[in-house]
Amino acid sequence: MMQKLGYLPMTPSQTGGPYVHIGTTPEAAGLDPSPFEQLGKTIFEGNAKGERIALTGRVIDGHGAALTDVMLEIWQADANGLYAGQEGADPAFYGFARRAVDFTTGAFRFETIKPGAVKQYDGSYAPPHVTFWLSARGINTGLHTRMYFPEDDLSGDALLARVQHKDRLKTLIAEKTEDGYRFDIRLQGDDETIFFDI
Amino acid sequence: MRGGLFERPAGVNPPAFTPGYKTSVLRSPRHTLVSFNSTPSEDTGPAFGHMRVGEADNDLLINYAQPGETAIGERIILHGKVLDESGRPIPNALVEIWQANAGGRYRHKKDSYLAALDPNFGGCGRTLTDEDGHYWFRTVKPGAYPWPNGPNEWRPAHIHLSIFGYAFGQRLITQLYFEGDPLIPRCPILGTIPDADARDRLVAALDIQQTKPMDAIAYRFDVVLRGSRATHFENRPEGL
Repeated sequence: MMQKLGYLPMTPSQTGGPYVHIGTTPEAAGLDPSPFEQLGKTIFEGNAKGERIALTGRVIDGHGAALTDVMLEIWQADANGLYAGQEGADPAFYGFARRAVDFTTGAFRFETIKPGAVKQYDGSYAPPHVTFWLSARGINTGLHTRMYFPEDDLSGDALLARVQHKDRLKTLIAEKTEDGYRFDIRLQGDDETIFFDI
Repeated sequence: MRGGLFERPAGVNPPAFTPGYKTSVLRSPRHTLVSFNSTPSEDTGPAFGHMRVGEADNDLLINYAQPGETAIGERIILHGKVLDESGRPIPNALVEIWQANAGGRYRHKKDSYLAALDPNFGGCGRTLTDEDGHYWFRTVKPGAYPWPNGPNEWRPAHIHLSIFGYAFGQRLITQLYFEGDPLIPRCPILGTIPDADARDRLVAALDIQQTKPMDAIAYRFDVVLRGSRATHFENRPEGL
């Protein structure tokens, strides 16, 4: 008889439900913010290095309607392409933020800095990108995607090279706006955003 | 090569499109997810220091209550360990919970269920795991409540959990249910998980040994996040 390998089975995901904000963005849920200051409210301190940008957008369902109950998180490198906690990373840049979208319009807005290119394990560089993670009622497993910037050369990116249907790549590229970038995320339909199994 | 999260096992997580849970129908991607080996963007993750998590944040009996008062309901201790698939404890993991009160009502501006709000209960707590990956909360057992998925559907008592491990690619939001609840097998949301063993792993066990006599009844719920092929990241040990 073979020995068992002894790995533990992972805990399954469940939807965050309509009230995900109580635990993640308590102020948005209507809780008094004093005992429950929201983690991830600010992405950087005033002296963080890099270009200030705003990321705005909406999350759109299969009927074309904006989700008004989604909770979004972002995770990104600093201006030099280093993640918080890595040696040499900008201590004034946390890299993480979360937001409840506007309960009426579904709009979101993150004030952040433009990340640098990120060194990969093989020594190559991934073009600047921001990881988005979504949780909401009806989303059984949190959805993971990436936002890239329209001005960057994306041709060498190993992850984008894995996408078989090249006409879908545009769903990962933000649009330039006056003060930053717009990134709408579509859960279904002709322009369904690429989500990653990660 | 460093990093490299374990691949997700098939059948553990619910598929996106699960018509028995109606809201998933218009909110589920129809294309297959694109898979790749994790990169530094997924192998790293935010760290939350003790400074940003308050001492009483894990005590829902009192963290929203007036001084000297306490939330109403069946008092429970909820505890467990956060581990990865290799069985390694994950220290300093942020665990956030939210739940309805003992009557089944959430303190959320969008919840209008007729059960009363408890003025001494916020329904929100958070903590960091200790060196052994252990976490503790004190709270009340939430009530069952109706929801509009069908003409007469009731969610089993449950507590929502959000867990950050050491890597953003481990990110997990889930729910725990309570041993012995007759509503569990009827729940379309729990039913989104195809595998019966996986569903059972979301049921917290009555833990009589940790129960405080004449005070609070204990339940234990362990969480297993994705594992990693690396024991250490390039510049820092896991969990820091």
